[in-house]
Amino acid sequence: MNVLTMPSPPAGDAVRAYSLKTIGVSKIFGPLTALDDVSISVEAGEFHALLGENGAGKSTLVKCIMGFYSADRGKVLLNGAEAKIANPRDARANGIGMVYQHFTLVPSLTGAENLVISRADAPSIFDWKKEKAGLEAFLNRMPFRVPLDVPVSALAAGEKQKLEILKLLYLDQRLLILDEPTSVLTPGEADEMLGLLRGMTQRKEVSVIMITHKFREVTAFADSVSVLRRGRKVGGGKVSELSVEDMARMMIGDTPIRDRAIRADRAPGDVVLDLSALYADDDEGLPALDQFNLKVHAGEIVGIAGVSGNGQSELVEVLSGQRPLKDGRIVVKDEIFEPNRKSYAKLKIFGLPEEPLKNATVPRMTVAENMAFRTFDQPPSAWLGWWLSVGPMRTKARALIKQYRVKTSSPESAIADLSGGNVQRAVLARELSGEVDLLIVANPCFGLDFASVAEIRAQIMEQRNRGAAVLLVSEDLDEILDLADRVAVMSAGTINYVSPVGSTNRAEIGKHMAGH
Amino acid sequence: MSGDSPFIIVLLAIVGGALRVSTPFMFVALGECLTEKSGRVNLGLEGTLVLGAMCAYAISFHSGSPWLGVLAAGCAGSLLGAIHGYVCKLPRVNDIAIGIAMMLFGTGLAFFFGKAYIQPSAPRLESFSLGAWTGNQQIETALQINPLLLVGVVVAIAMSWAFANTKWGLIVRMTGDSAPAARAMGVSVDMVRFLSTTAGGFLAGVGGAFLSLFYPGSWNQGLSSGQGLMAVALVIFARWDPIRCAFAALLFGATGAIGPALQSVGITQGYYFFNAAPYILTLLVMIASAGSKQAARNVPGELSITK
Ligand SMILES: Nc1ncnc2c1ncn2[C@@H]1O[C@H](COP(=O)(O)OP(=O)(O)OP(=O)(O)O)[C@@H](O)[C@H]1O
Ligand SMILES: [Mg+2]
Repeated sequence: MNVLTMPSPPAGDAVRAYSLKTIGVSKIFGPLTALDDVSISVEAGEFHALLGENGAGKSTLVKCIMGFYSADRGKVLLNGAEAKIANPRDARANGIGMVYQHFTLVPSLTGAENLVISRADAPSIFDWKKEKAGLEAFLNRMPFRVPLDVPVSALAAGEKQKLEILKLLYLDQRLLILDEPTSVLTPGEADEMLGLLRGMTQRKEVSVIMITHKFREVTAFADSVSVLRRGRKVGGGKVSELSVEDMARMMIGDTPIRDRAIRADRAPGDVVLDLSALYADDDEGLPALDQFNLKVHAGEIVGIAGVSGNGQSELVEVLSGQRPLKDGRIVVKDEIFEPNRKSYAKLKIFGLPEEPLKNATVPRMTVAENMAFRTFDQPPSAWLGWWLSVGPMRTKARALIKQYRVKTSSPESAIADLSGGNVQRAVLARELSGEVDLLIVANPCFGLDFASVAEIRAQIMEQRNRGAAVLLVSEDLDEILDLADRVAVMSAGTINYVSPVGSTNRAEIGKHMAGH
Repeated sequence: MSGDSPFIIVLLAIVGGALRVSTPFMFVALGECLTEKSGRVNLGLEGTLVLGAMCAYAISFHSGSPWLGVLAAGCAGSLLGAIHGYVCKLPRVNDIAIGIAMMLFGTGLAFFFGKAYIQPSAPRLESFSLGAWTGNQQIETALQINPLLLVGVVVAIAMSWAFANTKWGLIVRMTGDSAPAARAMGVSVDMVRFLSTTAGGFLAGVGGAFLSLFYPGSWNQGLSSGQGLMAVALVIFARWDPIRCAFAALLFGATGAIGPALQSVGITQGYYFFNAAPYILTLLVMIASAGSKQAARNVPGELSITK
């Protein structure tokens, strides 16, 4: 192992943060130029935001900085001197740490084990008493705490995210790179966390590069911003000198944004989805759905609001057949619903679950194959239901890729290689391309850029206007208020409040979300 | 003491059986446990076991020292483990398929080189009895302990401790549970798995030494009756915990002794059924634990059998 010495911090005792510059970084994946001559500059103690559409190359850029990918051209300057970073370990030794878009904590290890093992100077044999005392002392200096004695797999998403950041601070990293750190947090948690980081940058303890899609976070917390489009740096500057419109225009160029979806005036039709007295357990065997009742009519969107972890994911899993129902009845269009492929096709039920890469795709299969999951056994993709023809499948995938603007190097690349937002689009393209009677969507705009958000919300609204019943589970209250005809609040596995959107307000919903 | 009560006789026979035959299961299960904790499956340990038995016997015969034989068995096992570990590193290689190939390779190699050692007799490992102080002949024979069993127990405890308290232990667990996380930390996943498979092979080889140097205590081609394969199942049974692996091996040995023990007091009914008892027990426990969420949580996340 090569021994790397920490670069000396810049002059001035108080400044512990590092500055970073990239100069002409390029990265090529086969036929695709993911990064083309990108130069950004982050001052010591600066909170820098990295903006760009889905697939613009943001994650690729920071992964090049971290040594996760090796850039094909270009270099990285740390505190003004060129840094040779060949792998993430070098990055860590140089004081650069990153929170990836997907969690990188080891699920079966406890928080304490995860922290201690990540240290470069971790001892060969742990003296847990001493380590625990050290961790306790460290936590006392930190602005937030996370339980360290339970396996990480038992932590909620927000806690995991905090632990990721604690890990970087524990390692005494001076430049933190965060890839969409708030996508799994509630707005309250996000503000708290970003506020703390902001404080640390102002005290010049760390510098931060944050990838985000949320302009609100940029204007509220960042000092400066760089914008990428299709692998090129297209703009940037001080946040105080830029408006949201400026940044949006840099991100998408002249591409027109889809107008806000118009809600067609229509009376709700018959009941399409009738859930009565559902009971189901979570992974730990504890009740997740507890006497859950809800009806969704044709031509309406019912939005389920609630603090995450109150049974929303279990509900979606039950409806998609991923979790057994302990008791209760699911009726779709007057038929008892069995979650199998035949009934999905017959009843025209479609859906977009959470974490689509995990729940709705086979990551290592190609984009075209993944897009054919609904139709591969029907003509024209299949003959007599079993002889599959690749040609029509590919043609269809090409059309969908074009229509939904999925950014991929080809229909034949593995879907796992798409950027986070484009996986989402590919799945939506598959699910919305047919005739839809019932649509079940969970957090559909998670991690999408604002143009895609507008696009996807419009798609959902269009399905409703066409007469589909839509069940929308979302942690984003704005999304629900924007889309839903009726809002239902879920708390402790049951619905404790239902109201037409027109006759309620945030405060009322918030009160019920808190369980009152 | 009423040493003649049939119940006591059966009980002693079962305990004796557990102490006598469980050692190879224990070593192979511990080796496989280590390998699987790092995220790889080595189904070839049956071959490692047989090759270990052969090498141990041969070296013991030539050198006159059974302990040198044990060491040689371990080294032969490491070699097979290292080959497995290296081949699995190559792209698009499936560890299960390689395991089966390595199993055949190991047994084939052992039979080939072992032909010459079927006849001669080699010095064997000495046992000692935990029951000598009682002065009771039956108890004394029943509590015959072989030194390797003690080594196995120590290894189990050491492994369990190391998984929780050492850097290497945590790195192995991390690699087995989340390769991306390990890579993000700059750990070479392939290297960790290679070393774990090699060390696992060492343990399985030592388990083989027991077969030829203690019980049954000679080298022939029918020496192993699938212990190496059963031990792999025992790891699942023990939910990837070294201490539980040791207990599972003892339990397996004990149930295996039920049939002969009953026969020794004149109960011959259901002899074959009782001989199958260990397998039935394993099946039952597997079925019972298959649905359990707890079991699912203990599986190393990277194992190809569960992915
Ligand atoms: N390992 C890879 N192999 C091939 N192509 C890749 C790979 N990683 C990324 N890409 C491609 O590079 C482009 C940029 O991807 P990147 O993940 O950097 O986007 P992003 O800006 O982070 O988007 P998002 O906001 O959706 O996360 C995408 O078109 C993606 O498909
Ligand atoms: Mg990204």
